[in-house]
Amino acid sequence: MKRVVITGAGTVNALGHNVPDTLEAMREGRCGIGELDMRDVDRLAVKIGAQVRGFEAESLFNRQQLALFDRFTQFTLVAAREALSQAELEFSGELSAKSGVVLGNSGGGMQTLDENYRSVYEEGKNRVHPFVVPKLMNNAAASHVSMEFNLKGPSFTVASACASSNHAMAQAFQMVRSGMSPVMITGGTESMLCFGGVKAWEGLRVMSKDACRPFSANRNGMVQGEGAGVFVFEEMEHARKRGAEIMAEVIGFAMSSDAADIVMPSKQGAARAIAGALADSRINRDEVGYINAHGTGTTANDKTECGAVADVFGPHADRLLISSTKSMHGHLIGGTGAVELLACIMALRDGVIAPTIGYEEPDPECALDVVPNEARDANVTVALSNAFAFGGLNAVLALRKV
Amino acid sequence: MSVKDKVIEIIAEQAVLEPSDVTPQSTLEDLGIDSLGLVESIFAIEEAFDISVPFNANEPMQSDFDISTVASIIAGIEKLLIAQKA
Repeated sequence: MKRVVITGAGTVNALGHNVPDTLEAMREGRCGIGELDMRDVDRLAVKIGAQVRGFEAESLFNRQQLALFDRFTQFTLVAAREALSQAELEFSGELSAKSGVVLGNSGGGMQTLDENYRSVYEEGKNRVHPFVVPKLMNNAAASHVSMEFNLKGPSFTVASACASSNHAMAQAFQMVRSGMSPVMITGGTESMLCFGGVKAWEGLRVMSKDACRPFSANRNGMVQGEGAGVFVFEEMEHARKRGAEIMAEVIGFAMSSDAADIVMPSKQGAARAIAGALADSRINRDEVGYINAHGTGTTANDKTECGAVADVFGPHADRLLISSTKSMHGHLIGGTGAVELLACIMALRDGVIAPTIGYEEPDPECALDVVPNEARDANVTVALSNAFAFGGLNAVLALRKV
Repeated sequence: MSVKDKVIEIIAEQAVLEPSDVTPQSTLEDLGIDSLGLVESIFAIEEAFDISVPFNANEPMQSDFDISTVASIIAGIEKLLIAQKA
């Protein structure tokens, strides 16, 4: 089995259009959530979200590309450019033939769907632009990354709702660990902040109308975000030979399914994924210093997740740090685990734990150190990233300091 | 604007050229327009003239609509416009 390291990272999200800006915002506990700026917002009951602002697609892509790239693809390409420029990798020959891209995504080109449904249903038009399908398909982002960087190996998109990114990164990790691919580009992307996207979530009545306050007794729901996170997963010897900068090592993962309910989370399902990740990484539970929580800010998720952590870690649960950065960048749905992995990297590499902001009142059902409101310095050797999706699909990744 | 000028404008935009670089004798291949560019041009033509162009990308040569040159495209559109009025 090969060892797998991260040699590049890139992102676009409500906290920043690159990794340094995003990490600075996380250190400062800055909130990316605000009033939604979109058409027909007055018809929405939920009017807040973590939108990416000041993203000037026209200056990043040419006319032909803009006709083909939905917003989720645009975010992905900008993040991929950052990650690959950091990794300083060029793909040709054998490396190109074996390297690919696996991305998480849930909704596909929701902006494209929204605009075109509007045009045919509301405006009664009978003709749509010929690129609607290649623009909205869930794999469009992965495909465009493969084209831009000449990645000719295995590439596809993983959809498991809020766990999509973690499932995707776990898949990429396995490909590198098994020796199948020397390098995999991975992460996730989502852009669901359009009228139809928010309206659909509104229907479920799990959205907050004012703020995302994970683990706080007065929490009242999740807040949607958008963006992408992209990483370069590379076989350790391959990275060392070329003198690449190593951000962290990916040491294991586990996936589990609750097989219980389409929306309600299960403590046992979550606990099996966390325990499974420890076993796959061959580490003891007391080595884990930080967990980036799924921490959606819903009543059900946060108490279930804290219960699962308490069950798996026993007395060590009171010593480890757990925070939800969704309080700052919102819930990026299929892209969320990728942006959250950045908080794990910051904990391991920089010794800074991103806070759970918006925390106001302790909840006895979430009685863990959730790093309320302010970032904290801590020396962390191993970090976990949790993702527990609707549909009961769970994926947990484990990272180690290098 | 005449049908000819409008079609040339659409095709030039697709080819990222000046309209003066597009002549009736030009083929789409000469202009560097690929199959995606072709369907996008046809969409733009349909929008501009409010017509429906009988073109199937699976069998471009079998279609009633001749796309071999800019002139043949213009002639095809003029025919469709007449048929539509009738």
